[in-house]
Order: sequence, then C-alpha cells, then structure tokens
Amino acid sequence: MVELLRDKDRIFTNLYGLQDWRLEAARKRGAWLGTNEILQQGRDWIIDNMKASGLRGRGGAGFPTGLKWSFMPKEVTNRPHYLVVNADESEPGTCKDREMLRHDPHLLIEGALVASFAMQANACYVYLRGEYVQERNRLQAAIDEAYAAGLVGKNACGSGFDFDIYMHHGAGAYICGEETALLESLEGKKGQPRLKPPFPANAGLYGCPTTVNNVESIAVGPTILRRGAAWFKSFGRDNNAGTKVFCISGHVNAPCNVEEALSIPMTTLIEEYAGGVRGGWDNLKCVIPGGSSVPLLPREICDDVLMDFDALSAVKSGMGTAGMIVMDKSTDVVAAIARLSYFYKHESCGQCTPCREGTGWMWRVMERMVTGEAEMREIDMLLDVSKQIEGHTICALGDAAAWPIQGLIRHFRPEIEERINNYRANKPVFVSQVAAE
Amino acid sequence: MSARRLAKDQPDSFVLSAASKKEIAVWIKKYPKGRQASALIPGLWIVQKQAGGWLPAPALEAIAAHLDMPYIRVYEVATFYTMFNLAPVGEHHVQLCGTTPCWLRGAGDLKKVCESKIGPKGSVSADGKFSWIEVECLGACANAPMIQISNADGDGYYEDLTTENLEVLLDDLAAGRKVKPGPQNARHTSEPETGATTLNTKGFYNKVKKKKLPNTSKTKAGAK
Repeated sequence: MVELLRDKDRIFTNLYGLQDWRLEAARKRGAWLGTNEILQQGRDWIIDNMKASGLRGRGGAGFPTGLKWSFMPKEVTNRPHYLVVNADESEPGTCKDREMLRHDPHLLIEGALVASFAMQANACYVYLRGEYVQERNRLQAAIDEAYAAGLVGKNACGSGFDFDIYMHHGAGAYICGEETALLESLEGKKGQPRLKPPFPANAGLYGCPTTVNNVESIAVGPTILRRGAAWFKSFGRDNNAGTKVFCISGHVNAPCNVEEALSIPMTTLIEEYAGGVRGGWDNLKCVIPGGSSVPLLPREICDDVLMDFDALSAVKSGMGTAGMIVMDKSTDVVAAIARLSYFYKHESCGQCTPCREGTGWMWRVMERMVTGEAEMREIDMLLDVSKQIEGHTICALGDAAAWPIQGLIRHFRPEIEERINNYRANKPVFVSQVAAE
Repeated sequence: MSARRLAKDQPDSFVLSAASKKEIAVWIKKYPKGRQASALIPGLWIVQKQAGGWLPAPALEAIAAHLDMPYIRVYEVATFYTMFNLAPVGEHHVQLCGTTPCWLRGAGDLKKVCESKIGPKGSVSADGKFSWIEVECLGACANAPMIQISNADGDGYYEDLTTENLEVLLDDLAAGRKVKPGPQNARHTSEPETGATTLNTKGFYNKVKKKKLPNTSKTKAGAK
C-alpha cells in the first residue's frame, strides 16, 4: 500500500477554492510569509536551493527550473530582464493552472516576485489563455491587493527591490503555450514560434533576456524555499522530485484535480482520488497520462506504471502536464485519437510546412480509419508520415501531433485493422464493448 | 491551421467608444513605451465586446489607428486567434468544447442539444438570441463536458453538463432568467463529485507559523 500525501505537505492548500482566495486568507494559509527574508538571502541562495530541490518544470517539458533561472545573464545591461509566466494552459486533459490562478493567486504572485528577484527582472507578465476570463479578473484583483499591501511594486515587501507584475491575456491559440510563440503573442503578433537560438534567456520579450515558466513551477517556489529543498526532494524518486497537481478526466467515477507526490502509482491515483475507473479497473482500456500530446498507454502498462518523468518515458510516453485522460473499454479509441488529430490540425500555426500540411493530412487519414474506409497499407504510411513531421518543425507541435497517432498504432494496431476488415465485410466497423453503468 | 476570413457584410463605420478607449489605455500602460502593440489582443477583445460580440472590419481599422499600427498587422492577429469572431454572433454565444476529454464524457450528445435548440453548428438562431460553435479544449477537463457562454454578463464556464441540465440552462437563458456559471451539479469546483477527499483536515488553514528559513547558514558559507 502506498502512503498518500498528507494535507500538511500540500502546497496548493486551496486547490478547490473551499477557502477564500483573498490576501488575508492566503496569508493565513502561509503565502507571503517571510518573503523579505527569502529575498535577503540573495539571488544565488534562491537559485541554489531551487536547483537542490530538484524541481522540474511543470509545463510539460520537465526542464529543471533552477537551472533555467541560472541561464539568465548575471549582470543587467541596457536591456531589462523579464519573467514571463506561461498561464496559457490549453493542453487537452490539463486544467491545473486554472485552479491556481483562481484559488491560490497569491502563491503565484509571491513566486513571481521571488523568481524575478533571482533573475533580476523588475517586471513580470503573466500570460493567461484568453478563455480564462474569470481567472484573469481574479488574478488582476489579487495583483491589485498585493500592490495595495506593498508586497509588489516599489520596494516590494520592503526588500529594496522594485517589482511590477502585469496580467496579460491571449485569445484562443493553443500554440501560444509554446514559449517563443507566447512572446510573439505578448508583443501583439500572431503566435508563431521563433527559431532558436537565440534562446529567450538572451533575446526574449522585446529582444531582452527573458525566462518563461509555467504557473505551477513559479507558484511552488516560495513554499520550497520556506520548507527547504530537502523537504521537497523527499517526495518522489530521484530525478523526479516533489509534489505535482494531477488532473484526472475521462472515464473515471469522480474526475478531479489533486496534488500528490510524483512517482505515485497510476492505479493509486485513479483508485484513491478519482473514484476508480468506470466499471472497475478491469474495464480500463487505456490512459493518456500527460495531456493529449503524449502517447497513450494500454491497460497492461497502466497496471504498474509510476506517474513520474522517468517511468513514463521508459514506457515510451511522457509525464507532460500530468493531465490524465482515462478511457474505459466502451471507448472508440481510434475516434478518440482522431479527435486529437483534428485538434492539432486546428491549432497548427501554419508556419512550417510539415506541420501545416501534415496535421491536416494525418487527420483526414485518421477519419478514414475511424470509418474503416482506409487501406491496410495506409497504417504504415500514416506511421511513416508522422515520423516525417516529428522533429522537422520549429516547435514541438509537430511532435505533439505525431505522438498520439504513433501511440495508437503501437498499442491498438489490431483494432484499426479489424475496422478496415469489418468495413470491407460490410459489418459494423466498431461495436462498443459493454459500457459500465 | 484554421483559415478564417472577414465577413462579407460589413458595417460602414465604427467608432471606438470613450469607455473602450479608457479600458485600452489601462492596457497600454502595462507595456514599455513604444510597445503599445502589445495591447492589441486585449484591445481587440474590448472592441469585440463593444461591437456586440464580433469584429467588423472598420473596428480593425479603428484599433489600428488607435495603436498606431499598420492595418495588416491587426488583420493578421484578428484572423489568427479564434476567440475573435469575424461574423455576428447571437446574444448568447455558446462555445462547446468538443475535444477528447469532453467528447469522452458526452460532448457529442450536447452537440445534439445545441442543434435542436439553436440550429446547425456556426449558425445564429432566427431571433438572434443564440449562436453556437464547437471549440477546442477550454481547460476544464476535470469538469467535462462543458461549454463557455459569452454574453452581456461575461464569459462564464458551465461545467459538468448533461443533456438535461444543458437544456435547462439554454431554456433559462432564452427566458431571460439568471444562470449561475460553474459546475451545474452539486460540485463546488474540481474536487471529486463525491466530496473532497483531500484538503479537508480541520483547523489546518490557520496554523501556518513562521519558522527559521532552512539551509541559510550552510548555503551562505558555501557561496563564496
């Protein structure tokens, strides 16, 4: 039996909004506690402790956060430094940043101050996805509270450091979650990713040194520093440290968000928190473990896989954003992945030809596989084309469009073949297995 | 990518209201001098609200002039971002999430409700009260299926929908009754429907006391 995380070790103590989000209540929960003291320890202390905590970026790629901060130039020249918080949460299956923005906004604002201080950035922009209208109003209200209390602004928290934080928003483009597309969008342009190098740490927002971090990566910072890197590192396996907010959606009895330690078994997460798979664990067909971009995992792997970066990449999937999409045996998995192909086709920014043309092509072939009209040889052709898109585009959207399809063919190829055969034999192409309840 | 064009029928003119100008000024102040183009997306959003939920071509010209930008830059942005409606929408503009997590939990059935209550996807109802489109993941997957409704009251998320409660919701809006955004069942937010199993320790929230900052002396000695 795996020991579950206790409430006292949770960072997002108001994840469900059961308490008040405002400054006074947030302070009682521990936000803004001794922030000045943290800043007084100096930039190196903050970055060293963040590195020591083993925190890996929570936005999907899992790059060590402390290391990322250390890439910023050591001295500020004539170009100001910027911190940009990526709150453009749009990965299907992921709905965690939203809860932090609307229920624990002060953790984010405090984290932004600490991170900006460590990188000598006097300004921070928080880029919210356009659809989060209520969340943006909430964040703005929290920012206003922090200004009024002297926590941010001139001489933030009495530290002598001047810090401005601004809420910004997009208008419905998944691609703006890619850091350089986000910067383009923040400059008022189409969200089309930039070629790297130069990396944002050298030339980011307005051509100035910039670091882009996910909401969760920034919001956990102050708590890690207050409670110590060793505390954070005590959760999860080596190289997979800390707690993480998981989103569990799809065919479970009680979909929810929950903060747990990394390296928790997938079974425990689903059974203990999400009320189990609809119709019981035996009714599980597959799980997409880390947001729509990562390959799905069939039930046999789900039985004993751990939810962390290394365990999931070892089974050729990924941790991604930890947005789990659970599918039971009633699911038409080919149609489920075809719907994701449509998503990527819709969200491709159109800049690189392999992605612009390829995502549409893959979607059309997937649709024919759903109906069974495709040719048998097209399965391999689809796999081949997906590999020609993967790695041949400026940003990772091409990869993200290819991986779900590759995962489907890897694990459910017989199901596609059966449909093609059924179609030719004039039989129903897909018969849903008995759905629970 | 999604190819988007401006509507064929366009009004002759558009004037930025004083209220819109005031709101846009707040945004311009957020960015360094000379970077007012950064206020374009929030500005277009404000203009869309003023114009009744969509962006007519003269409005694009007006904001281009206001932000001192070439029209083509504004056109590019307006056609790229899918939250900018390029044709008129209904008083209540329903945006139904159809991506896999919502689809798994019945978004397909919700589409049928919208079709029967409002009309074909992308259309505006005859009385101009409703319009509906399918959108990509809205980021509320633990509360799937869900829709966002843009109207004079804002842009609320309506979550945990069933065909029944969506019908009630649309009927209420049609009758001019107030509706409540958020989960349409007993849930508060994204806790399990059966009740929160975490974050329910009693008296836990007022207990946080300041402690000595860990790692301070050691690390300080270590640094230089």
